[in-house]
Amino acid sequence: MSFDDVPLWAALLISACVLVGAFLTFVGAVGLARMPSFYQRIHAPTLGTSFGAVGVLAASAILSTIGEDRFIAHEILIFTFVSVTTPVTLMLLARAALHRDRVEGSSDVPAVVERPVDQ
Amino acid sequence: MSRLFPHPLLTVALTLMWLLLQQSAGLGHILLGFVVAFAASHAMARLQPHKPRIRRPGLVLKLLAEVTLDIIRSNIAVTRIVLAGERRKATAGFIKMPLELRDPAGLAVLSCIITATPGSAWLEYSPAESSVLIHVLDLIDEGEWIDTIKRRYETLLLEIFQ
Repeated sequence: MSFDDVPLWAALLISACVLVGAFLTFVGAVGLARMPSFYQRIHAPTLGTSFGAVGVLAASAILSTIGEDRFIAHEILIFTFVSVTTPVTLMLLARAALHRDRVEGSSDVPAVVERPVDQ
Repeated sequence: MSRLFPHPLLTVALTLMWLLLQQSAGLGHILLGFVVAFAASHAMARLQPHKPRIRRPGLVLKLLAEVTLDIIRSNIAVTRIVLAGERRKATAGFIKMPLELRDPAGLAVLSCIITATPGSAWLEYSPAESSVLIHVLDLIDEGEWIDTIKRRYETLLLEIFQ
């Protein structure tokens, strides 16, 4: 089968996946822009990197599997690496923000958890 | 055996990754992939990382299934919150959660799960107190959050890693 004659059921499935993925990623982007504080903002992009990515990548895998007539699944790797690296980046950003807020003496964030150990 | 294959799981995972990248499971690719993975696992051994021990491999699938379901649920919840925008009262807040889990690999997995789930983010772990600071987007009941995370993930991770 070629990319020109993808059956209707597959076309519908692929479009649904793309739409769901794109919608979630878009909502994540809107959230990133509209949330009032930094800590709330780090929650929004994970929409795009979790099921936003699943939608788009599933569509890509289904389309190329049908179009090339063999199982294509590079997308599994893409998803694995995206879902492992995004949390690390977000944690780094959040910790930097936390550190900055504490240095500034902001009262919105909890104080340092770890007290120096008496020896 | 352990000197020849210092990180057996890593070797297998890298070989699988090689096959996925090549999009082929031919004997040639399996051998080539295995050689690359073998070399990489020996390079890794030189770095002397903490070696995680997975005691109950069967539970990994259960954990994966629960995380997937939870991420679907929280995707829907966070989508609602974002779409509601300013009409919604701000309920975000910090939680300090005590943990029994101390295994570094288990903690790494837990931190990735919590941060990857929309609506919760892992901020700071304190080894001295064995507690972690989490930021939650929709914080209504602090105790309920701690309960859910402990029951759903920590018990499983304790069984898998400790």
